[in-house]
Amino acid sequence: MKQPKINRRDVLKGGAALGLAGAAPMFFTRNAYAASYLNDPGNAATVTLGFNVPQTGAYADEGADELRAYELAVQHINGEGDGGMLNTMQPSALKGNGILGKKVEYVTGDTQTKSDAARASAKRMIEKDGAVMITGGSSSGVAIAVQGLCQEAGVIFMAGLTHSNDTTGKDKRRNGFRHFFNGYMSGQALGPVLEKAYGKERNAYHLTADYTWGWTQEASIKASTENIGWKTNNTVKTPVGAGDFSQYITPVLNSGADTLILNHYGKDMINSLTQAVQFGLRDKNVNGNDFVIVVPLYSRLMAQGAGENVKGIFGSTNWHWSLPDEGSQAFVKSFGQAYGFPPSQAAHTCYVQALLYADACERAGTFMPCEVVGALEGHKFDGMGNGPTEYRAEDHQCFKDVLVVKGKENPSSQFDVLEVVEVTPRAQVEYAPDNEFFAGGDLGPCNNGSA
Amino acid sequence: MNIMKSEIGMMVVFTIVILTMPLWLAPIGAGYPDLLQKFAIFGLFAIGYNILFGLTGYLSFGHAAFLGIGSYAAVWSFKLLTMNVLPAILFGVVCSGIFAFCIGYVSLRRSGIYFSILTLAFAQMSYNLAYSVLTPITNGETGLQLTINDPRILDAAVTSATGLPSTTLFGLSMSGYSGFYFCAVVLIIGFFIALRISRSPFGLVLKGIKSNQTRMKYTGFNTRPYMITAFVISGMYAGLAGSLMAVTDPLAGAERMQWTASGEVVLMTILGGAGTLVGPVLGAGLIKYFENIFSAFNDKSLHELFSFLPEILENGVVAIIRPFVGEGWHLMLGLLFMLIIIFLPGGVMKGIDRIKTKFGSKSEKPAEQSE
Repeated sequence: MKQPKINRRDVLKGGAALGLAGAAPMFFTRNAYAASYLNDPGNAATVTLGFNVPQTGAYADEGADELRAYELAVQHINGEGDGGMLNTMQPSALKGNGILGKKVEYVTGDTQTKSDAARASAKRMIEKDGAVMITGGSSSGVAIAVQGLCQEAGVIFMAGLTHSNDTTGKDKRRNGFRHFFNGYMSGQALGPVLEKAYGKERNAYHLTADYTWGWTQEASIKASTENIGWKTNNTVKTPVGAGDFSQYITPVLNSGADTLILNHYGKDMINSLTQAVQFGLRDKNVNGNDFVIVVPLYSRLMAQGAGENVKGIFGSTNWHWSLPDEGSQAFVKSFGQAYGFPPSQAAHTCYVQALLYADACERAGTFMPCEVVGALEGHKFDGMGNGPTEYRAEDHQCFKDVLVVKGKENPSSQFDVLEVVEVTPRAQVEYAPDNEFFAGGDLGPCNNGSA
Repeated sequence: MNIMKSEIGMMVVFTIVILTMPLWLAPIGAGYPDLLQKFAIFGLFAIGYNILFGLTGYLSFGHAAFLGIGSYAAVWSFKLLTMNVLPAILFGVVCSGIFAFCIGYVSLRRSGIYFSILTLAFAQMSYNLAYSVLTPITNGETGLQLTINDPRILDAAVTSATGLPSTTLFGLSMSGYSGFYFCAVVLIIGFFIALRISRSPFGLVLKGIKSNQTRMKYTGFNTRPYMITAFVISGMYAGLAGSLMAVTDPLAGAERMQWTASGEVVLMTILGGAGTLVGPVLGAGLIKYFENIFSAFNDKSLHELFSFLPEILENGVVAIIRPFVGEGWHLMLGLLFMLIIIFLPGGVMKGIDRIKTKFGSKSEKPAEQSE
């Protein structure tokens, strides 16, 4: 039997050469169909949004709740379900038929609470799935990294849960927006409440998550407590996701401090608070003061995780499901019907961000990032659970009332763990865009991306 | 002549396969720039790692440190000097080379498990330094990013001063497909160098060290300089990969140096086939594919994927697959890794060899024999 003399390599080479030749037009004409901005949905019947949340790591609980909220938001924007806050949002250009008549589709990704992974996942959504907007995140480090990426790529970034001053301070970007409040606002809101509850003679010890959020929150809280006469005993940085905080808590016992401020969030806060209580800190009496613990940034998910230990502990929060206003109730109702439990503040801010983006596109009449930026800057709205709110044009930060909360002594259910102590009015937490905690940044120009 | 021919043939095939990746990866959902860049970059990382692990058998658990150092060095070059990528890459490679020499000089005094533990310890040390102690240089957990106000001395004369500049190669933007082709060219050059190394007398010495270092010593060879050279070369490869990561995405984070990242490159090399030339590239591609594509599946996309099945069957299949994709993609990777280690101890390349022998390909022996 005689075979033609073609060896494997020839076939491979020939095939590859053919492939290359076939591919050439794709690369050289890719720009022939250039649209005016990146990922322009054009005449497509759908538009894609990217939900980038932590599904693994220390903030995974928040991430899971954020994803639930986004799914709910997409349903409501597309006109499914009971509409939630679509009915209470004022002003609202949303019609319940998607955005600009296009049905909303979404893609998801895992940030792993790591900047690298979050950027890779956001890039996938932008480059492969054609997302026009990226939203989500439960860590300020990730939010800042992804915000930078979205600015470079030319899509809108609607930050999820991010509480660092830097997100809308020194790392602010024109394409990025934050609805959530920040460390400085927490400090301003907590100061007077702490003074009333614990007096002026206190000696505070900070344990701080070692990244941008922890640093800026520590600085803000320190400034505001020193303002009411407290002394700062020590500030110690702890790694994110440490799990065991005993080596950081033991020194507190002998430091002479009578107040422990935990600048921790998520599972870290659950662990550090639980251990602090187990070490008997709260039973101690130092300098004639009962030892107290303060958790500046609180969330219902964390309070639930820490159980009994949160009773009587002060903190601040962006939103709480027990708020009586119409918008909050509408959201809690549709979230509860869909998932069987009330939403967390992370879920709330993400839901609101998705709706605000959709509304801004509707008002701008396009998905083009620079137009959407224009529609969001200086936008005033109400009925989204926080009372009258404004997206300040100078730094893309939302200004609204801040809640000071306390761990409930007698919870009526497993979700009813926090009680609202005070609603701090917007005027008290507002600051100038060039405030020392926020200075040094520049929004820069907006970016439509190259199509 | 025969060797030269097969070498040229191998390089031609490799070049074509790498450069056409956007085409043949598109049908499996991987034909987008960011993932293609990752394939090339981690391929390079694994090739370099293989020079140490594959040739000499020294299992380093600390190579992520060099990756991170390369990234930080490159980002600082972008911040201080210029947005051109060449100085950044040079700077990244040199810095990681120096670090590799220092760490290698100490670690290579021991072999086997002690060497692995030493490198692991050094890498963890670098990670913790980058994470908290050296925060002014590394910006800690947040990661080092470019800002509009960076000095960029060499660019100062020509900046347009609108927004954040992007990395360029003499004006050619390094994001998207051009970034991929740049990485691909570097990968091809890196592959060629690795090919030359493994077939040089130097490479033979390294292989000799792997099979029996004591005997090498008895025959009068001082193996230490060879080991250090191999360690520094593979550290420089890692630094090159790290600086390329910064080139395609100008950000450097400490998590790049974590021990999981060091473990990842070991997995890549073993998965693809340690000691082979192409294996590590394949392994890198596999792992990055899993990380980026399988982690993106959610309930909705799974249901869409299996919508051709009857509804009951569809729900069943989705329920079975769900734990292995999305946030559970590590499970899938672990399963695959176990299967390969148990049934194909030589990695994917071993599998390809077996298929070749089974179908009696008479053309020639596989270009690169694994062990």
